[in-house]
Amino acid sequence: MTRDEITAGLAEILEEVAGVNPDDVAEGKSFTDDLDVDSLSMVEVVVAAEEKFGVKIPDNEVQNLKTVGDAVSYIAAQS
Amino acid sequence: MARTDVVVTGLGATTPLGGDVASTWDAMLTGRSGVSALTQEWAGQLPVRIAAQLAVDPSEVLDRVRLRRLDRSEAIALIAAQQAWADAGLADSGLDPERLAVSVGSGIGGATTMLAQDDILEASGPRRVSPHTVPMLMPNGPAAWVGLEVGAKAGVHSVASACATGAEAIALGLDIIRAGRADVVVAGGTEAVIHPLPIAGFASMRAMSTRNDEPEKASRPWDKGRDGFVLGEGSGVVVLESAEHAAARGARVYARLAGAGITSDAYDIVQPHAEGEGAIRAIRRALADADLAGTDIAHVNAHATSTPVGDMLEIGALHKAVGDHVVLSATKSMTGHLLGAAGALESIATILAIRDGVVPPTINLDDPDDGLTLEVAAHKARHMEIPAALNNAFGFGGHNVALVFTRA
Repeated sequence: MTRDEITAGLAEILEEVAGVNPDDVAEGKSFTDDLDVDSLSMVEVVVAAEEKFGVKIPDNEVQNLKTVGDAVSYIAAQS
Repeated sequence: MARTDVVVTGLGATTPLGGDVASTWDAMLTGRSGVSALTQEWAGQLPVRIAAQLAVDPSEVLDRVRLRRLDRSEAIALIAAQQAWADAGLADSGLDPERLAVSVGSGIGGATTMLAQDDILEASGPRRVSPHTVPMLMPNGPAAWVGLEVGAKAGVHSVASACATGAEAIALGLDIIRAGRADVVVAGGTEAVIHPLPIAGFASMRAMSTRNDEPEKASRPWDKGRDGFVLGEGSGVVVLESAEHAAARGARVYARLAGAGITSDAYDIVQPHAEGEGAIRAIRRALADADLAGTDIAHVNAHATSTPVGDMLEIGALHKAVGDHVVLSATKSMTGHLLGAAGALESIATILAIRDGVVPPTINLDDPDDGLTLEVAAHKARHMEIPAALNNAFGFGGHNVALVFTRA
């Protein structure tokens, strides 16, 4: 799966969970500062991403996923 | 020192009769029933297959993402509060948030969220349980969301006294303003538990009507054929304000909240006191608090849920505490029983009855019980002067609340 495909998958999740406009989702965007995803919604995003991409994202990794790009890199490395 | 006068300056509701106060009140005055058959698949197994469901689903008002994190009882409290807040004209009034409080309760709370998340837990495991579960099911959730919405910083309170909740929440708002802890209180009740478990529970108590073939005729307070209450869902919220604060900003005033009486039976967990002793004391306290006599009260919006015992006990209590002259209404004949929201919605009906000089009808009162010895506006609304009116609400646990409203 390419980075762009993972980004698009995350955009779908972010729209479903937090109402984020998919056009706003890009690798450089911060989940909290740019996309306004709060901590409870981030939990939902992580669980949905695990299911969608068939990966495990432990809780202690989530704090390192500040940007969409961080999440894409983590998912790409696991899958 | 003269006591603080408290007035009502905003109303909001979403009910089985309409998505707002105006449509609900119009439907009430025409005597329309909000009760219908439950067509959900789960209803088939139940002894009770009727309920008064919301006329306007929250999904038509709030966006999808917001609804994901709200229990239905929270969503409709928010909707009713938004209406009341806008109606009061407080949005850009410069009100100090530290002088604004919230008092919104629920009888049962986020039970449907708990049950739905338990289904997920059983089917998919703990990791799939929503991180929004706790704020959705906590009993203070509706009050907290309303507090966030209006920016209240003088305290957010969540009364829980079963079917007396909405009225007690309003009584608490009165206390808060009188005590000087706030100038404005957003107060009311909310309930949304049309789900097989609560219905099965109430049905096991034999508290609910099983008139499944005639939903619109099932809620029939004081009628000989009554066989229990009909579950309803909805929310009612009022804006209470010190009269001084309302006058200073030139607010439109619906009515004055002149007094409240709260008592407890200390008798039985679900049965009301056999002589209605607690109800009588609540009404007398409310009258004394309002500095009025029973003869001053023209109209009573009764608790009257359509149960065989409770309906008649209230008639006896009204005879003793108010007198023989009042004209009654049981608006639950149209809305069903909104449990924790009932006292709030019925306070709104009482306030509008005073404003418009009209007693809403009690439908389905075709064959009045022999014990019904007070006048009721049966079938049709009755126009009359209403300088002062009473709203009663009683709840499992022996809670009795009476509120007295007077013309502004």
